[in-house]
This record gives sequence, C-alpha cells and structure tokens, in this order.
Amino acid sequence: MAEKGVAQLWRKIKAIYTIQGDHCTNCDTYYFPPRVVCPKCRRKGQLEKYTFKGLGKIHTFAIVRQAPDTFKRQIPYIVAQVELDEGARLTAQIVNCDIEDVHIDMRVRSCFRKITEYGESGIIVYGYKFEPTMKVTGHE
Amino acid sequence: MGKKVAIVGVGMSKFGELWNKSLAEISLEAGMYAIFDAQVKGKDIDGLIIGNMSAGRFTGQEHLGAQAADWGGLGDLPAYSVEAACASGGAAVRQAYMAILSGQHDIVLVLGTEKMSDVNQSMAMDTISVASDWEWEGMFGATFPALYAFMARRHMKEYGTTEEQMSLVTVKNHKNAVHNPWAQFRKPVPLEVVMSSGLLADPIRVLHSSPISDGAAGLVMCSVERAKEFTDTPVYIEASTQASDTLALHDRADICRMKAVVSSSRNALKETGLAIKDIDVFELHDSFTISEIIISEDIGIVKKGEGGKAVEEGLTEIDGKFPVNASGGLKARGHPIGATGVAQIVELALQLRGDAEKRQVDGVEKAMSVNIGGTGATSIVHILGR
Repeated sequence: MAEKGVAQLWRKIKAIYTIQGDHCTNCDTYYFPPRVVCPKCRRKGQLEKYTFKGLGKIHTFAIVRQAPDTFKRQIPYIVAQVELDEGARLTAQIVNCDIEDVHIDMRVRSCFRKITEYGESGIIVYGYKFEPTMKVTGHE
Repeated sequence: MGKKVAIVGVGMSKFGELWNKSLAEISLEAGMYAIFDAQVKGKDIDGLIIGNMSAGRFTGQEHLGAQAADWGGLGDLPAYSVEAACASGGAAVRQAYMAILSGQHDIVLVLGTEKMSDVNQSMAMDTISVASDWEWEGMFGATFPALYAFMARRHMKEYGTTEEQMSLVTVKNHKNAVHNPWAQFRKPVPLEVVMSSGLLADPIRVLHSSPISDGAAGLVMCSVERAKEFTDTPVYIEASTQASDTLALHDRADICRMKAVVSSSRNALKETGLAIKDIDVFELHDSFTISEIIISEDIGIVKKGEGGKAVEEGLTEIDGKFPVNASGGLKARGHPIGATGVAQIVELALQLRGDAEKRQVDGVEKAMSVNIGGTGATSIVHILGR
C-alpha cells in the first residue's frame, strides 16, 4: 500500500508537471487532462501523448475567499478556467496577478508552482498555475 | 403516457444542524413518518432504497441500507443505497420507480439522507468538492462555490445577468420557506442583506449558496394498481428520466447550459405528452441561486439568458406563472445532499394533494422536479400528476 497520495500523484506526474494530455489524430481534438479513450471517436480514436504549449486565455474565473484548510493560507486567490491555444480547457490558479486586474480573455501562460499538500506531514503536490503573459518573454 | 408508479406516503425530518441526532435517527424519522402517512405495514414493504452521497466521509459509516432496515425493524428485505452526488436522492426515487415498474418490488420505502454537521466546515467543503472532478478541479483550488462562480460570471458576461437577480432568487426562496415546517431557514431576508453578505467565491456570496445541513426525507412508493389500498390521495410519477454530462465543468463547450438538464427534461415532457406550460409547480435544484436561473432556462420556462429577468418579473413566485421552489428550495429548506432529491418529491406530492398549507400553489395538476449532481454532470427529472 502506498502512503496517502503518493501513488495517486506519481502516476500523473507528467500530466501535472508538464501539462501533458492527448491529441486524437482521428478527430483532431486535444484533451487535457489525459483521457483513456477519445470520448468523441471511442474505438475509432487514436490518442497520442501531447505536451501543451502552456499558453491560453481566461475563459472564466472566481476569487476564492473561503477554502478548505489546504488552501486557507492563500485566500483570497484567483482560480480560473484557462482555454489553452490548442482548444482544451483546464482549471488552475492564476498567480502574479492582482485580484482587481484579472478579467475574462486575459492572456496567460503556465508556470510551475506548489499546488497543495496531503495533510500536515503529507507529500507536496507541484504542478501548473498560470500567470499573465508578459511582452518581454515573447509570450502574447 | 399516464400513471406509472404511485407515491402513497411522504415524510420528512426537520432540516438543519441537528447535533442531537445521528444519521440513522434522522433517516428513521423520515421513514417512519412516510410509513405512517401511507398507513402501510412494515411487513408489506419489500424493498428499501436510500439516496446518500457521502456518509462514509461525513460520518464514517457506510452500508446504510442494512443499517436502516435493522434500525427500522424491517426484517430481511433487500436494502441498499445509491449515489449520484447531489442527485443521489433523485437516483433513489428513480431506482424505486424502475424496481416497481419491473415487477420485482411491490412496495418500496425510499429514503434520502445526509448528515453533514458531524465534521467541521473545512472537511465538509472538501467532501462537497468530490462531487466535481476532484483530481482536476478541486485539487487545483476550485472549491464548489468557485465552480458555480465560473458559470455565474460567464452568464453575467454573455446575457447580462446581474448580482441583484441572483440575490432575488434567495429572497424568493427564503420567503417561501417561512411556511415550510421542515425548512432550515424560516425567515425572510431582504435584498440588501443578501447583496452585502460575505463572499465565498466572487461573484457568489454566502446567501447565494445552499447551507450545510442534516436531514432526511422519505417516500412510500407502490404500483398504480395497489395505490388505493393505502390512501385516497395517491400521486403518480408519470415520467422519471436521467442524463449525464462531462464530470468536469471545464470540458463543456458552453458552461451556461446544463445539457443533461436539457435532455432529461425534454425526454420527461415527451414521455408524458406535456408541454412546459402544462406544469403547475417546479422544484429546481438551487444549490446556488445561479443554478436555479440556469435550470429554469434549460427546461424551457424562459429562453436562454432570460432566467434572471424571470425572477425579477416575479414569474417564478408562488403566485407567478411558473412557481419555482415553493418549499424554499435548497437555499432555504436546506441541502442535506442525499436527502434533497427525495425532499423535492415530498414537496411536489404535498402540492398535488393540496396539503402544502400556506405555501400551496393553486390548482396543481402536474409538477416537475430537477435534481442535479455536481455541476450538472447528472440530471434527474421527475414529472408527477394526480
């Protein structure tokens, strides 16, 4: 038996560290999080691993002001649905951005951050958050 | 078309924070009231189905079917619980409906139950968020209110829905709950109090959200042929439909529309040959007030985007054209998760029998409930008639 969270996280490290999902070459749809079968094509689907570029825009967002213990220290924080340029959408926190400045359609790029912890002495989860793009980095 | 399965008894426990009662006690209370109401004998009940989302996490106890049969002295009858997140109660009603229609069971006791106040608020929030896609939404910091805030913000942008309209749903449902003896909050709240209540996840405030509740609801259901053995005022399920959508909200092209609600409500209307205007009273799943607005659009009370305006114009008041949540809804009656879908049916049965006292809608012939799970990944619709 694995300690709580260890196996559960280990098996999806690629997905949450590098934003790796799938591309169905049959219907040309990108999926994140990774899928076992293409829900559109089912048995005809051809899923190939695909690492997303990590660029997108905010589809919708919320400012979280009441959260479970694992997120309490961060409140108020922004959580959003980010629409990646390839078409898939995911849910992530937005950082390096004041809560007054966030808006729908804001351009964002992924960054690597600590996400949460499994309890007080549990393992630490790292993965993607998103931040506003900056001209200097060439991301627009 | 027509009558499929009968409801001959209804019962409720009080909804609220019931610190002095256990999960088994409130379940038993609702079940016994339903049995007394039906005047059925315990030995005649041949099946027990319980809607419950997460007793294991909320109280540490699973295997609720055997527990309730044991505590209720119901003998060796088949007993089990079903889970579909916040739609667990509706799923239990639908299981009983199918069991009776199939001929496998004659008389079924249906319970919906949840005991949420045995854990602290943080644990409760954690448990509620497993109704969404926990691994890819909850773990990344999207609380349950945040997911509904996602929908609300898009709805505001695309259709001009306002915070005031979302707040008016609360005002209406609290006003209705004053006359519901089982409701958790039996007091009206003025609009300005709703609009200045604390923020959970902007734009959603505390008073746009259903509370954390304990409570149970019960029904005795039987075949149409046997209904008159027990009561002169049976009500009938005319359609019971269910549909699914993506588990995660971010996988839906349009997050302002609950596709599972659209299809399950259309199928229910088709099965009964009714149009939405033929329905006299509705119980719609207002876990957050934005969901009452979205569901009222998705079932066709109004066009997409006009749900907020409908509330403003009084269309969904008890004396309006489409009365929604005369019971107070999840917002004010309370939302013990697994109990909600059953409590909706209890309310509609009372409305059809003319027993809803001061919250009675005039001349109810047909009634509809919409019970959703998660952010709309499950939708269960029932149409009832007299």
